[in-house]
Amino acid sequence: MSAARQFPSEFVDRLIAGDWQAFNELVDQTSAGIYGLGLRMLGNAQDAEDMLQETFLKAHNALRGFEKRSSLYTWLYRIATNEALMMLRRRKSEFHFDSEPVTQEEAENGEEVVDWCCLPEKEFISEETRSELTRAAVKLSNAMRMVFLLRDVRGFSTRETAEILQVNEEVVKTRLVRARVKLRDELSGYFRERLQGQGNNG
Amino acid sequence: MGKRGHCKEHLRQFSDYIDGELAPDICAQLEAHLQECRDCQVVMNTLQKTIDLYQVAEGEETLPEGVRSRLFARLQIAQSTGKKPGE
Ligand SMILES: [Zn+2]
Repeated sequence: MSAARQFPSEFVDRLIAGDWQAFNELVDQTSAGIYGLGLRMLGNAQDAEDMLQETFLKAHNALRGFEKRSSLYTWLYRIATNEALMMLRRRKSEFHFDSEPVTQEEAENGEEVVDWCCLPEKEFISEETRSELTRAAVKLSNAMRMVFLLRDVRGFSTRETAEILQVNEEVVKTRLVRARVKLRDELSGYFRERLQGQGNNG
Repeated sequence: MGKRGHCKEHLRQFSDYIDGELAPDICAQLEAHLQECRDCQVVMNTLQKTIDLYQVAEGEETLPEGVRSRLFARLQIAQSTGKKPGE
C-alpha cells in the first residue's frame, strides 16, 4: 500500500522551485492512484478524468506555497479529495437528488449470519463480483466512502486520513467502522445468493 | 443463534482489531468471545474479507493511456503559459 510514502526532500525542493521535470515525475508517480480514487468516488471515467486534471493544475499552482513540514503526498490527496467532494456537491445540487443513502440498519437483522469466506476463489475475482463491489460502495455516503477508500484501499493511516480530510481522527474511525460494516452487509446479501447457487449445483 | 445482532456492540472492536489498535486486555476479551460465538467469528472473518476484496480489486492500478496523454497535454498548456524566464 501507499501509506507513508515519502518523497525525497531534494525532489520536493525542485517541485517548489517550479521544476517541470520534477512535476511530471510527480504526476507519473501519483496520477493512477488519484484517478482510481476519482473513479470510485465519482462513479464514471469522465468525471474522474476531470478531477484528475483539476487536481494537478491546482497542485501546480499551489506548490510554490507548499510547506515542507507537511507530507507532499497527503497534501496532494487533500487537493484531490476536495475536488472530488466539490464535484459531488455540485452534481447533487444540479440534479436535486439525494446521494446520501438512508443508513439502513444491519441488513442481516433477522437473518442467519452467512459465512461466505469459504466460497471458491474464482467467485471473488469474477466480473460480477467486481461490479458488486462497485454497487456496494456507491451505497455509502460520500463521506464514508471517501474514508474507506483512503484508509482501506489507499492505505493511509488514520492520522493521514484525518489530515487529508481536515477532520479529527475520531471522525475518521467512526466513518471507517460504519463504511466497513455497511459494505460487509451489502456483500453478505450478494454472496448469500452465490452460496445458495453453489448448493444447488452440488 | 436465536437472537441475531446481540453482538452489535462489538462492531467497533472488530474494526479496531483488524487494524491492530485494540488494547491488549480488550483484545483478549474479544478473542475469548470469538471462541464461543460463531456469529461474531463469521462477522469478523467476512469483515476482513470485505476489506481484502476491495484492496485486491484496486490492485492492478494503471492510468489508461488516453487519460495520461490528455492530462499531460493540459499540463503542457499550463507549462507554456506559466513558463519561467530562460526556460
Ligand atoms: Zn458474539
